[in-house]
Amino acid sequence: MGGIVITKIADNIISPLGTSTDENFRAICNGNSMLRGHSGAFGLPEDFCGSLFNRNELESRINTEIANSETFTFFEKLCIFSAKKAIEDCRLSACEADVLFILSTTKGNVEYLAESATDERCFLAGSAKKIAEYFKNTNPPLVVSNACISGVCAQIAAVRALLSGRYRHAIVIGCDVLSKFIVSGFQSFKALSPEPCKPYDKERIGLNLGEAAGTIILSATADNEKAQWQYIAGAIHNDANHISGPSRTGEGAFRVILDILKEISTDEIAFINTHGTSTAYNDEMESIALHRAQLDDVPVTGLKGNYGHTLGAAGIIETILSMKAVDNKLVLPTKGFENSGTSYPVNVSAETRTTDKTAFIKILSGFGGSNAGIAYRKGGLQ
Amino acid sequence: MKTLAHVRITPTDTSVNGATVSSASLAGLYREFAGDYPKFFKMDSLCKLGFMAAELCLKNLSADEKENTAVILFNRNGSLVTDRNYQKTIESDNYFPSPALFVYTLANIVTGEIAIRHKIYGETSFYVLDSRDETLMDEIVSDTLLTSSPRYILTGFVEYENEQNYIADIKLVTK
Repeated sequence: MGGIVITKIADNIISPLGTSTDENFRAICNGNSMLRGHSGAFGLPEDFCGSLFNRNELESRINTEIANSETFTFFEKLCIFSAKKAIEDCRLSACEADVLFILSTTKGNVEYLAESATDERCFLAGSAKKIAEYFKNTNPPLVVSNACISGVCAQIAAVRALLSGRYRHAIVIGCDVLSKFIVSGFQSFKALSPEPCKPYDKERIGLNLGEAAGTIILSATADNEKAQWQYIAGAIHNDANHISGPSRTGEGAFRVILDILKEISTDEIAFINTHGTSTAYNDEMESIALHRAQLDDVPVTGLKGNYGHTLGAAGIIETILSMKAVDNKLVLPTKGFENSGTSYPVNVSAETRTTDKTAFIKILSGFGGSNAGIAYRKGGLQ
Repeated sequence: MKTLAHVRITPTDTSVNGATVSSASLAGLYREFAGDYPKFFKMDSLCKLGFMAAELCLKNLSADEKENTAVILFNRNGSLVTDRNYQKTIESDNYFPSPALFVYTLANIVTGEIAIRHKIYGETSFYVLDSRDETLMDEIVSDTLLTSSPRYILTGFVEYENEQNYIADIKLVTK
């Protein structure tokens, strides 16, 4: 196990802002967002503000790009479309026995429960199997279902499988699509903002939900020319406090950051891409955790003002965009932020900033008291 | 990987390290082996099942030992039973979504309930698999022991379908 270096060799983001990582990155740099008010969507009695795909248009396009598209749900098509683009980019032979598929999702095809309580499509691992089979891969795929932190946990699961030597490549796909099921649940929690969200702002009043799919391919192969980013550390900790509210002391997030700082020096960190959902409690909790870890001065960025909270996709797409930011020597703007509204002000800005540093930390927190973080450093395998 | 304790709960038999300790239902097990945690009754069935398995499996660990223990659980249907119950509350003619129910439409909540009860600040993870694949579960757990810091992992398969059909097969392992 010693000496194995894990690198990222390909990625893709499919979102309402674009169907490639580059399109998405340009959209973020331009301050774009598809957060819009939606009335009557999914048959919901209440309006909400979210970032939704133009489902018909995107689905028609995907149908021309993937074989047997009629056998897959929209959720599965998104996963396949995203993975296919990343796989083609690094020319990986995804059918090989040393390739593992990992799916990060919170609710998969849950919308089909409205049709039948026994709809087989609602089994998350069934979706994962269909996706892996599309690429003729026969290894049992993993589904990481850790609520909002799934996207980072899935990357950590991939790293472990690669370090064990059992696999040489892991294709990590994160995706969630919205439905009456998911939106009504967040509405019942009074967690949603009727306007585009304002992370860390004193006037923040809640989160927005969003749809997206993303893929990161991690590899333990030493000679890939695409290997531009190295995995440094990852950690998962529970708050042991509450199933639906973050810890007032930021305990789990603090422990995640401490674990990561054992492997990377604060001086190296260009920024921390946080969860920054824009709920009163999440952003406050993160500010406390960052302060306790003495990271008050490190730039913080959040992407929820562009995408909303994309659930199982969040950890994947936010990691990819963090890599792109460092590639371009940028600290991305936090759309929606104006005036600091947390007990310990975080170093966040609505403007794009520059950086010469080459590493970042991505953190997430979620239901179940769960917290996760991962750090990457730019640099291949010289 | 060494197993320190093993608990198996089904509707008709609960065993610890292979010896039957009860034939009670989940509520009966709570009265026999816990009894001091009224939050139990707010939980969905998957959480009650995981919670009771953890009660019996973690009995001999000290608070210090629990603190960095990891909880890594698996099943096949995720939170589907509660998903179905929640779905019934959002049908158009009968719309009353409740946050108390919605929160249990995430399979990993059971790991959170266990963490809260035992003051576990370690990793909590939930994986959904296509079948109950013991080899795969053991691989994931031994990889976790090899590549991260926990000394102990509470792990296993926990799946609830209905009152006649549920299983928790949970063990406490160490390197």
